Amino acid sequence: MSESTPTTDPSITLYRLQACPFCERVVRKLHEYDLDYRSRFVEAMHSERDVVKRISGKRTVPAIVDENTGVTMSESANIVDYLDNTYGPGA
Amino acid sequence: MDLDFDVVDLDESNHPDAGSQAPDFVRPLVNDEYWEDVALSDLTADGPILLVFYTMDGDFPATYIWNELRDRAWDDDYDVTIVGLSISSPYEHKTFIDEREMSYRLFSDPQNAVAEEYGIINGLDGMAGISEPRPAVFLIDEERAIQYVWVAQEWPEFPDYDEIKDELADL
Repeated sequence: MSESTPTTDPSITLYRLQACPFCERVVRKLHEYDLDYRSRFVEAMHSERDVVKRISGKRTVPAIVDENTGVTMSESANIVDYLDNTYGPGA
Repeated sequence: MDLDFDVVDLDESNHPDAGSQAPDFVRPLVNDEYWEDVALSDLTADGPILLVFYTMDGDFPATYIWNELRDRAWDDDYDVTIVGLSISSPYEHKTFIDEREMSYRLFSDPQNAVAEEYGIINGLDGMAGISEPRPAVFLIDEERAIQYVWVAQEWPEFPDYDEIKDELADL
């Protein structure tokens, strides 16, 4: 089967939880600016989130890594502001 | 096994043979920390892949296969990456990886469409609406050509591990 999901290294990686409204808020913003991103799903238990801690210093999600700018960031409000400022109409 | 009754014979399988192209697919690939969509072709681009179809995460069939693969640790000695695929969800895979204390990654395919593409579906008696892959092992090279294939013809049946090891040595 030839699904064409682009898995060839998008520059934005989103660490997310299923059904986490703060994560979905970031997803909506990524879609709004038509940004290519990869999703990495982690589990809700904080002790299970070492990968997020390693990249961002915190265990909270959402967290985003943007290789275009070298930015790594947590907290959905911060991420949304960042995306607006970097990829939005006024950027 | 020497049993005084017949084990279940599975129907004829219709899988791709050695020498043919392994069908590509994209599914969530689960490691001990997270999962993300990955294409088989992304993995083969980095080197040969041993793709192990196995029964849903749980009891003895899955456990026997992965304990054996973990203990043999072929990826330490040969240029190969070992990945599994079952119909279990990413959450189950993560638990299974923890319990088996293994470093191998597992594809999640609850709808069993990859097994369908590979011609190795096993409909399950007494579990309405569920089918899964029959146990199978495909050794796939960097060109996504199948170098070796083993597909279970009985239920249960386990891979010929020594034969696979010989194939890895010949890569």
